[in-house]
Amino acid sequence: MSDANFASLKERFAYLTERDSADHLAVNCPAEHLLECCTALRDDFGYDLLVDVTAIDWAAETSPRFTGIYHILSTTHHAYIRIASDCVDDAAPSLPSLAGIFPAANWHERETYDMMGIRYEGHPDLKRILMWEDYPYHPLRKEFPLAGIEVPFPAADVAETANAKVLPAPMMGGPFVSSADGTMREIEPQAKDESWTEKEENR
Amino acid sequence: MKSENTTLGYNSKVEGEVVVTQADAVINWIRKHSVWPMPMGLACCAIELMAVGASRFDISRFGMEVMRFSPRQADCMIVSGTVTYKMAEVVRRIYEQMAEPKWVVAMGACASTGGMYRSYATLQGVDRIVPVDVYVSGCPPRPEALLDAMIKLQDKIGRERSVKNLTAPKAAAAAAALAEKEA
Ligand code: SF4
Repeated sequence: MSDANFASLKERFAYLTERDSADHLAVNCPAEHLLECCTALRDDFGYDLLVDVTAIDWAAETSPRFTGIYHILSTTHHAYIRIASDCVDDAAPSLPSLAGIFPAANWHERETYDMMGIRYEGHPDLKRILMWEDYPYHPLRKEFPLAGIEVPFPAADVAETANAKVLPAPMMGGPFVSSADGTMREIEPQAKDESWTEKEENR
Repeated sequence: MKSENTTLGYNSKVEGEVVVTQADAVINWIRKHSVWPMPMGLACCAIELMAVGASRFDISRFGMEVMRFSPRQADCMIVSGTVTYKMAEVVRRIYEQMAEPKWVVAMGACASTGGMYRSYATLQGVDRIVPVDVYVSGCPPRPEALLDAMIKLQDKIGRERSVKNLTAPKAAAAAAALAEKEA
C-alpha cells in the first residue's frame, strides 16, 4: 500500500485522529491501542523500520503533559509515518513498550525514559542509558534547568577521594543562542547577558 | 676529547670515564625523555591526539610514542575530550591505577573547563577530580599545541625535586615509627 494516506488508515483503525504535520503523514493514537496499531502498520502497511522514539513535555501545567512520538519508515514505499501518543497519567507517565515488535525501540525507549521519565511498560530492561543509574532527575523535562542541579557524585568512594560533586554548570550569561538572521557576527551563538563577555559596543 | 656539553663540565683527560652531576638531574632527565602517555581519549580531541601520534607530527621525537592503554604501564594521562560526570568516575579510577610519579595533561577546552558543554551532564574541568599539570587551550588544540604542552610538561618534570620526593615518604614513615616507639 504505497499510498497509505490518513483515510486508508482511518478505515482500519477507527481510533486514529489526524495530526498537523509539515512533512509526513502524522496521526494521534491513544496509548492503549499503540501496540496493536504499530503491529498492524508493520505487518500490513509496510512500515517496518522504527527510526526514532522520543517524547514531548508540554510543561507542568498542561494535561496531557507528555506525548510519546514515534517515526516509522516503510523501506518498501519510502514513506514515513509519525505516531503521537499522549500519556494518560501526567505525574507518572507511561506508554506501552514497542521493544517486542521493533527491537530498535529498546535503546530509544531507554533514552526517552532517562531524559523524560516516561516508563515503557513491558520493556525488557528499562534502565537509564545516558545518565548514571542513581541520577534522581529527568533532564529534558521542562522544569529541569540546563545548568543542572547539585546531586552526589556517581561513585561515593571517588567522591570522597577526589572531593568531587555534581554541581550546576556556570552559565555565564548563557545559554548561547543564535538569532535567525543577520550578519555572520550577529548570528553566531552568543549569551544574552553580555556582562560576562564582550559588550556590544566594545566589539 | 673536549666535551660539547658545558653543563656537565666533562673532560675525559681530567675526570676519566666519570660524569659528575646531581641525582635530581639524572632522574628527571630519564623521566622526561621517557614519558609513557595514557590516551584518555573521550571525544573529538582524541582525533588530534591520534594525529600527534602519527608520522606527520610524530610525538616520538620527544620520546613519548609509547602510548599505553593500560594505566599500570603509563605515567602521563592525556585527557583529550569531554568528561561527563558518568565518565568522571572512570577517569579518576584509572588515574589512581597509574603508578607514581604521574602527570596529567588536560587537552582542549572540554577537559580544561567543560568547554562549550555548560550543562548538567558535563564535568566542568577535569581538574575537579585529578590534579592537572598542563592545560592546553583550543577546540580542538592543534597537534603542535599538544606537543608544546608535552614539552612544557618535560620542563616541569625537569624542575621536580625527585630525590626528595622519593625519600620523603620513607622519611615520614621512619619518623612515624620513631614517634610510635617513644610513645
Ligand atoms: S575541546 Fe572541542 S574538540 Fe576537544 S573534545 Fe571538546 S568539543 Fe571536542
